[in-house]
Amino acid sequence: MVETAVSREQVLAWLAEVPDPEVPVLSIVDLGIVRDVECDAVVTVSLTPTYSGCPATEAIEESVIAALEDRGLTDVAIRRVLSPPWTTDWISDAGREKLRAYGIAPPEKGGGKRALMTGTHVVPCPRCGAEDTEVISEFGSTACKASYRCLECLEPFEYFKCL
Amino acid sequence: MSPAEIIAAYTTRLGDNALVLGQRLTELVASGPELEEELANANFALDYIGQARMFYTAAAEHEGKGRSEDDFAFLRQEHEYRNLLLLEQPNGHFGDTLVRSVLFESWYLLLLDALVRCSDARLAEIAARAAKEVKYHLRHGAQWLVRLGDGTEESHGRVQASLDALWRYTGEMLEADELDAAMQAEFDGPDLADIATAWRSNVAALVADATLVLPQDAGMARGGKAGRHTEHFGFLLAEMQYLQRSYPGATW
Repeated sequence: MVETAVSREQVLAWLAEVPDPEVPVLSIVDLGIVRDVECDAVVTVSLTPTYSGCPATEAIEESVIAALEDRGLTDVAIRRVLSPPWTTDWISDAGREKLRAYGIAPPEKGGGKRALMTGTHVVPCPRCGAEDTEVISEFGSTACKASYRCLECLEPFEYFKCL
Repeated sequence: MSPAEIIAAYTTRLGDNALVLGQRLTELVASGPELEEELANANFALDYIGQARMFYTAAAEHEGKGRSEDDFAFLRQEHEYRNLLLLEQPNGHFGDTLVRSVLFESWYLLLLDALVRCSDARLAEIAARAAKEVKYHLRHGAQWLVRLGDGTEESHGRVQASLDALWRYTGEMLEADELDAAMQAEFDGPDLADIATAWRSNVAALVADATLVLPQDAGMARGGKAGRHTEHFGFLLAEMQYLQRSYPGATW
């Protein structure tokens, strides 16, 4: 069997530079959709979709293959995994900070279930930090975001919704 | 039916429900009543089409005849689709679209929650993924049902009429046919009698919250699960399949 000369950590470090096409401030590793990397003769990257109908799924797979080919890996396979299903809890702490700095309110951690059922939760403004905000629309520019407005600094902002 | 045939047929039926509702909601793109609902329905449509793709891909593998998800979606005839009649009903006005979604999703969510516990690991995984999405849709739909039902005299009257008109299509969701029974026996699938009980009480609560009156069961329509559709369905397929029929094998 041919061993690839590359380590799992190295591949993960490369994948940490692949941006999510819809929220490019996040890498696919920050987003938590890279579930596993196996380095045998073939490098297999396991990815999970954020939403069933996420239109970026194919684009992400292609960019993973392209990123690894750029580093000289020719035998790359993508495996789609569904279980356990992705939730916003899979977004890393570094990813949450990047979202906030970018002006998108990050999802509350572990609050997904409660927020989904009751719809009551505080979304602090990513710009001024005020907690006095209101929802403009439960839907935004992509399936994973809602639109909010800060009542303190009056800026509209996007919220990466809990799921 | 062999276990593989049962799971293939059952998964196809789930795909048909998701695809047909996804197609109906897609018709609203660029003609939604307002921007927020435009985005909402487009997002729901995407979720459903994504779910349909996963169901069809699984069905094609269980079937083992080398068909693809696109073959299931675009190259079958009317009688080969096993979706609920409810889902192929036209969008009508916003109240009709909303009531159709609420009646279906309040049932579909119970079904998905039961499928998470079925013994087919792949179907259980898809159901777990889909349930999260449908929960969000239903929350949105329930809010609108209250807003319209408990809104103005005009909105109340119109959404009550939508509920009355669509109610007759809910019967077949609750009645187990041979395939439902086989799925339950072979794969620990959903018990539709349990789901019917839970659905009736959930829907009664939603309808009461919206100050609407629950319709009585009378002259319930059935046939979608056996491939006998209402007249609307042929027109839906004609539009949806046009491109693949005209340019076989076309891809983006």
